Amino acid sequence: MSDLSGYTPERTDWGRFALRWGLFVILGLFALWYLAPLFVMLTTSVKTLEEIRTGSLIALPREITFEPWAKAWSQACSGITCEGLRPYFFNSILLAVPSVAISTVIGALNGYVIAQWRFRGADTIFALLLFGCFIPFQVVLLPMAKMLGLLGLAGTIPGLMLVHVVYGIGFTTLFFRNFYVTIPADLLKAAKVDGAGFLRIFVSIFLPLSVPIVVVSIIWQFTQIWNDFLFGVSFSSAGSQPVTVALNNIVNSTTGVKEYNVDMAAAIIAALPTLLVYVVAGKYFIRGLTAGSVKG
Amino acid sequence: MARLTLEKLGKRYGRVQALSDIDLAIETGEFVVFVGPSGCGKSTLLRCIAGLEEISEGELAFDGERVNELTPAERGVAMVFQSYALYPHMTVYENMAFGLRLAKAGKGAVEERVREAARMLQLEPLLDRLPRQLSGGQRQRVAIGRAIVRDPRVFLFDEPLSNLDAALRVQTRIEIAGLHERMAETTMIYVTHDQVEAMTLADRIVVLRDGRVEQVGAPMELYHHPANTFVARFIGSPSMNLLAAEPTDAGVQVKGFAPTPLTAPPGARGLSLGVRPENLRLAEDGETPFYEGDASLVEKLGESQLVYFDMGAEAEPLVARLPGALPAKKGDRMRLATDPEALRLFDDAGQAVRAG
Repeated sequence: MSDLSGYTPERTDWGRFALRWGLFVILGLFALWYLAPLFVMLTTSVKTLEEIRTGSLIALPREITFEPWAKAWSQACSGITCEGLRPYFFNSILLAVPSVAISTVIGALNGYVIAQWRFRGADTIFALLLFGCFIPFQVVLLPMAKMLGLLGLAGTIPGLMLVHVVYGIGFTTLFFRNFYVTIPADLLKAAKVDGAGFLRIFVSIFLPLSVPIVVVSIIWQFTQIWNDFLFGVSFSSAGSQPVTVALNNIVNSTTGVKEYNVDMAAAIIAALPTLLVYVVAGKYFIRGLTAGSVKG
Repeated sequence: MARLTLEKLGKRYGRVQALSDIDLAIETGEFVVFVGPSGCGKSTLLRCIAGLEEISEGELAFDGERVNELTPAERGVAMVFQSYALYPHMTVYENMAFGLRLAKAGKGAVEERVREAARMLQLEPLLDRLPRQLSGGQRQRVAIGRAIVRDPRVFLFDEPLSNLDAALRVQTRIEIAGLHERMAETTMIYVTHDQVEAMTLADRIVVLRDGRVEQVGAPMELYHHPANTFVARFIGSPSMNLLAAEPTDAGVQVKGFAPTPLTAPPGARGLSLGVRPENLRLAEDGETPFYEGDASLVEKLGESQLVYFDMGAEAEPLVARLPGALPAKKGDRMRLATDPEALRLFDDAGQAVRAG
């Protein structure tokens, strides 16, 4: 038996209690710190301009109005047009959904080949793709502009799509490769013996096992592409701008009185889809990120 | 249902020669076991036969037809893996049906074959379960079932019992032996590092070392007439005693032992005399002992006991398997005898010398 003479349960329990609540308080403070801007944005977006001018920044709205939201969505002016965020919001959807889908599928195939169909130079190719993740956006701006020009895609949504797919492949390949190396090699062999070929094994065996990592890839890529500003502002033209660029234009192109409530509403609208993706799939995101390490 | 012939088969990984010059013929319906220490190439050889590894040299033929370039499915092989390798997201039924569906078997045929295999392996109540809801033994049976339903020409086993606990291993071993009896027409190849599995299951054993075949033969043939010291020590437990011996006028003799009636070929040097522990017994009164010495260690196994005799610092101890009822303890003086027919002689290269 080990020596228990120095053990006093009350004291230890009290220490654990204090530690636990201390942690809660600290984490709560952090949460407040991060939620404060959202709180200000939400309250400001439903106040009238009059109230914003006269009231305090952190005061709750005296009367709630959704006028600023409607204006942000369909009437706010960016530059010379006054169509609100709506057309640009749909531009972003049109851009993000296919880009996310394409880069995820390519990443899954890449990861599958690199992890399970070992070939000469597989590690080198993986290392190069990984290196691609670390290339700063600014470095590729000029060469990419030249490329898009040559392809005739300059200033179009498909052009922007191409940029995001190419930039995303490094990340998606990394996700899927790391996930697929944890799947035992015997599974692939068993499927081969069963008569399945390269694509059949991918579709019937590997994809159904990939749900957690597909979710990771979708969240990551969607967030990246939806939130991107630099590529959006560099490679789009008047009609094809994504929502982030439009938001910037709306906020920066007011004349006369600054409509803070409209700006705040517009910013929240622009951020909603990524929030939604996290809320819906966040649980899987954490699970997927740790899936590889848990299994070993 | 195929006769396999391997001719000068070899496998290279870059500069590493994993297998070389494998010549082997396996008859239809035969149960052949590849056995050897880890890294000997037995699993590589199995994967070459399965079509999972490319064959670098030589030819592999099923029923006289070259199959080197064919896929596993085209060769008509089925395989049971050490890790079971069941598809984790498919039910037991779907696991077994997967190969059949790929082979474009009709829906009715798939159902019939899967049900039949499930009945044979007592898997019927488990058909709707997922692999993670099964025990190790059940998973192994599903893996076997998945192989059976395809009615393969060649049935391959890659260390199928290694992941099971001891009791289940014995039970599954007996089931596999029964399977071989029921599927008498199907050629089976089984890889293991466990010589007990090899002895109990095989029609013929292929002993491999460093990518080469050391000996091929029936289990008892390998046990009684090992071609070299490697096979002699690998087959049988505990291993055969190998004692450095010299030719003398009276016959081959081990220093400190009685001379044997074996005669060595002229000019032979560096001989080893082999005798299995179970072929040593206590000398009867008046009999000239083969060896007399003090027991340095006694291991009681129940029905028998292993008695060790110190052979000096460099040599391994001599082991004798004596009846368990014998009152023996460490330090006892013992007189051991053996029968001359049980003695084996090996030359300096470790090759068996057929003693005259």
